[in-house]
Amino acid sequence: MTPVPKDAAAPASPTGTADPPAVRIHDLVKVFGRGKHTLTALDGLSLEVGKGEFVSVLGASGCGKSTLLSLVAGLDAPTAGTVTVGGHRVSMMFQEAALFPWLTVGSNIELPMKVRKVARAERRRRVEELLALVRLSGFSGRLPHQLSGGMRQRVALARALAQDADVLLMDEPFGALDAMTRDILHDELERIWRERDLTVLFVTHNVREAVRLGDRVVLLSSRPGRIIEEFPVVEERPRRIDSVEVAARAASITDRLRAEVARHAA
Amino acid sequence: MPLDSATTAQQRADARTGQDEREVAGLDALELGPQRLVEPNGFAVWGKRLWDASWPKALALVLVLGAWQAVVWSEWKPEFVFPGPDKVLPVLLGEVTTPRFWEAMQVTMQRALSGFALAVVVGVLVGVAVSRIKPLRAAIGSLITGLQTMPSIVWFPFAMLLYGITESAIMFVIILGAAPSIANGLVSGIDYVSPNLLRVGQVVGLRGIARYRYLIVPAALPTFVAGLKQGWAFAWRSLMAGELLVIIDQQNSIGWALSQARTMNNSERLLSYILIVLIIGIVIDIFFSYADKSIRKRWGIST
Repeated sequence: MTPVPKDAAAPASPTGTADPPAVRIHDLVKVFGRGKHTLTALDGLSLEVGKGEFVSVLGASGCGKSTLLSLVAGLDAPTAGTVTVGGHRVSMMFQEAALFPWLTVGSNIELPMKVRKVARAERRRRVEELLALVRLSGFSGRLPHQLSGGMRQRVALARALAQDADVLLMDEPFGALDAMTRDILHDELERIWRERDLTVLFVTHNVREAVRLGDRVVLLSSRPGRIIEEFPVVEERPRRIDSVEVAARAASITDRLRAEVARHAA
Repeated sequence: MPLDSATTAQQRADARTGQDEREVAGLDALELGPQRLVEPNGFAVWGKRLWDASWPKALALVLVLGAWQAVVWSEWKPEFVFPGPDKVLPVLLGEVTTPRFWEAMQVTMQRALSGFALAVVVGVLVGVAVSRIKPLRAAIGSLITGLQTMPSIVWFPFAMLLYGITESAIMFVIILGAAPSIANGLVSGIDYVSPNLLRVGQVVGLRGIARYRYLIVPAALPTFVAGLKQGWAFAWRSLMAGELLVIIDQQNSIGWALSQARTMNNSERLLSYILIVLIIGIVIDIFFSYADKSIRKRWGIST
């Protein structure tokens, strides 16, 4: 397969593409608690993610990034507003790989298919295929605690894809990894995103990571979370996290982010 | 590698892909370190494990025998009341070769196992109910812990009133002694399933029975086994107390042999049976520790 650089600008506006957006978030509100002790995590957030688009969601602490993903994944119900994922299968990855420690790598990847009653032979075949995709062929019989952090995250990615998901929600998936591993996993994620034609909503607080990976960077405000600005990333892929272009774009986004953080000083 | 202007984007991409693959493989190899990929398995390893598990016990045995002999040598009590290991061990060896001993052993172990099995059933039912039903948890959650602190011998007079001098009286007390620990182990095992794993279960689509089968039960297993181990200790104590108190028709058992030896002023036999009780306890503890350890190892909780 030839990796062709995607037209980064196109999906930013759904009117420019033929496909309807994979994820449509409309006027989303999430309030935790009730009575006097309420916390508004999200307040009227609207966002559309085009099919095959890679959107980085960036924000300081308390911007409701994780809440947003939980709502899109359907793990939690919104207070108001809607999330539509019309026909797409959604899966999610977290900062912790959260593999089941009593299952081997292969069985962990197999589990979502077992739950959906996929036939055994088919499951075996898919597990091998997914292991090859995340470059862990031959590790099928290992236990999670025998792997490194980066390898565990790749198994978690394979498990997420085993759900036949084409929309992948990622909640700071590389946040706990060292810089070198993270760098290499960025390349891996980008490759798999292309090969599988995935739609990715990637939450992070690392500005460079957001720019390195995203077609678009969406900046959220904190308490309550809503979109304050969007930054298209037009730099040609594959990008390097330490390139001058990425650094320059990250710098301007960081300035905006810092202004938002400073707003909470008073 | 230097790329001249004639290289196409395709070639560059191919070179990059190969490079990526080597980088990933290299990083994995570095992070895993020079560890053995496959654990060697076989007789030698099994023997070493057995040795590792048994030498501390053997050392304990030597220390006990030494202290015991020292007390005898101090002539604190006359030897017919408190004989040394040199007198007791031959009696012990003679005892374990008699059919009478094996009959007693069979009765006692049968009681122990059936009592423990019943306690497991009751403990699991109570544990599941308490962890599933909120008001029940508030009501009897702390009661279970309270029951655990009660010396089970306290129940015997009541048990004998309820059931008379019967097997049922013994079973009743074994269950009251062991079930709370087992229930407690199950409840805290279920309570402390990592929220991260629960979230993944939700994402993966585990619901209802499948959620228990693939997630809750295996996740709670290490704590549950710890509860079983503790429950066994309580069951064994309750049983020994029961066999001393509730003697059914001169029914031969380890407890009965103990009290017989006392009535006959047979110190050697009495001490032999105390040793037998100790040895049974140790053997079963080895079994539970082995189960506990292999689960923890598999789960990656400790090395």
